[in-house]
Amino acid sequence: MTLMSEAAVIQGRTLPRGFAWTTLVASIVASAAIFLALALAQVTPEFNVAGAAVVGAILYLVLVGVISRLVEGRRKSIDRVMAGVITAAFLIALIPLISLVATTAADGINRFDMQFFSSSMRNVVGAGGGGLHAIIGTLLVTGAATIISVPVGIMTAIYLVEYGKGRLAKSITFLIDVMTGIPSIVAGLFAFALFALVFGPGIRFGIGGAVALSLLMIPVVVRSTEEMLKLVPNELREASFALGVPKWLTIVKVVLPTAIAGIITGVMISIARIIGETAPLLIIAGLSTSMNYDLFSERMTTLPVFVYTQYTIQGADAQAYIDRAWTGALVLIIIVLLLNLIARIIARVLAPKGSR
Amino acid sequence: MSKRIEVENLNVFYGKFLAVEGVSLTIEPRTVTAFIGPSGCGKSTLLRTLNRMHEVIPGARVDGRVAIDGKNLYDLDVDPVLVRRQVGMVFQRPNPFPTMSIKENVLAGVKLNNGRISRSDADDLVEKSLKGANLWKEVKDRLDRPGSSLSGGQQQRLCIARAIAVSPDVLLMDEPCSALDPISTLAIEDLIEELKRDYTIVIVTHNMQQASRVSDRTAFFNIAGTGLPGRLIEVDDTATIFERPTEKSTEDYISGRFG
Repeated sequence: MTLMSEAAVIQGRTLPRGFAWTTLVASIVASAAIFLALALAQVTPEFNVAGAAVVGAILYLVLVGVISRLVEGRRKSIDRVMAGVITAAFLIALIPLISLVATTAADGINRFDMQFFSSSMRNVVGAGGGGLHAIIGTLLVTGAATIISVPVGIMTAIYLVEYGKGRLAKSITFLIDVMTGIPSIVAGLFAFALFALVFGPGIRFGIGGAVALSLLMIPVVVRSTEEMLKLVPNELREASFALGVPKWLTIVKVVLPTAIAGIITGVMISIARIIGETAPLLIIAGLSTSMNYDLFSERMTTLPVFVYTQYTIQGADAQAYIDRAWTGALVLIIIVLLLNLIARIIARVLAPKGSR
Repeated sequence: MSKRIEVENLNVFYGKFLAVEGVSLTIEPRTVTAFIGPSGCGKSTLLRTLNRMHEVIPGARVDGRVAIDGKNLYDLDVDPVLVRRQVGMVFQRPNPFPTMSIKENVLAGVKLNNGRISRSDADDLVEKSLKGANLWKEVKDRLDRPGSSLSGGQQQRLCIARAIAVSPDVLLMDEPCSALDPISTLAIEDLIEELKRDYTIVIVTHNMQQASRVSDRTAFFNIAGTGLPGRLIEVDDTATIFERPTEKSTEDYISGRFG
């Protein structure tokens, strides 16, 4: 064959359009049949769903790879197999997520009632009671941590991107990276030690928990904000400077508004990161069964701590405690989901208006 | 409104690297001066020193003198922010603010500086600036649409409107048409012709025809080789530069015989 005629060929042999789906259904049916036979023959006690899915998937990959290789050639065969592997990886990653949400929802729904949202655990033994004190505690402690962390984090990021150069900026970046790796229990101990020095040993209050959480939150805020500020094109800064706008006004009125959607998303991710923290709060915020609206005095319980104590310190009616623990977990997941939803809406409203 | 610019013995450094060496030239008020020359010869760098925009680049510094109406821009008591309010700049790529509408983009110079402006004054300023940039007819019905919804040529004229809305004395243009199609380029060149009545204009361009069409004076820059500083080869009336240049290298460059 000459080079000319080789280059002129653009048609290759292809398998029919529904090939992949047909093969998938065939593989699953075949695998299900095998496992059904095993179950009927009493080899396995019951029909093995997971086994059928795994064998079906492997069967599909092998069949598609071999058939495609024979008909379509090497390149397309690899393409089909890799597409299958990647989809399988995605499904595997999805399994724990779906299982977790489904289990929490199914078990949490038992006590997902008005009483849970209207009463605390004060003087409750056995059934009844609720998690209102923990919901309030979570919102207060997380809110306070956010109020501490967001200004510090965003300003640090602004310094690093807009002003910082040389050794100082580099060492701040390094320390931020170190801070990201601090175990949360260490943050709790730090906050406890700090406040014990000031207020004497045995001090426990909500704001201490907020300080501990902000130690964990600040590096996340700095990192995500830094990335977002770096994405703002330099041309916009120059356009603003060329209009005779001072640097600080350029940052406040041009750079931050352009990056605001991404910054809010980053802040939300950092809130999601800390809202489920248990260990530092056990140390510095303590346990309580009563309502406490005051961050600055007395112990304060948050939802993760509530879940933990309901589960570990079960009373006479154990099922009532376990039900409350599940509902506490469900409420926590719902709060995080709501925060994400709100953040997305805010980000969409504030995002730069493009040509769309 | 327009002012004379005098550059004397200007050297521009990026860190230790000497980018532009020994430039002296005078730019008369109400004229268009074109900077031409091969890439990397320091035209844009020199342009940026005329409103101290080069200071945005880390390590950039200058020695020599750039005077606007006799006042040296590099005197210690000069505030670069105030310089830039008098010497406006239009960039190579149109860069309207993506968070702002067309109207807000024109008012950016006022609004970003926390200036207060009454509604009717603002409307007048928007209309005047957009008319000045030959954009009013095209956008007057959609002033509240985002600036990025315009075409590239319209965006560039929006940037010019934004620059003239702060009523500068001098307008610097760094290859304002290099990202635009011929029709938008023509619109901008016509605009430069009109703006010349009020402003002193300095334009960097790679397009020799453009230089000969729009400018009164042309300055030719060249470098001896990579790593060597750019120098001003000659500056003269545009007609003289293009018809009978003094220097051989100018003639080679404009006639396309450049190495």
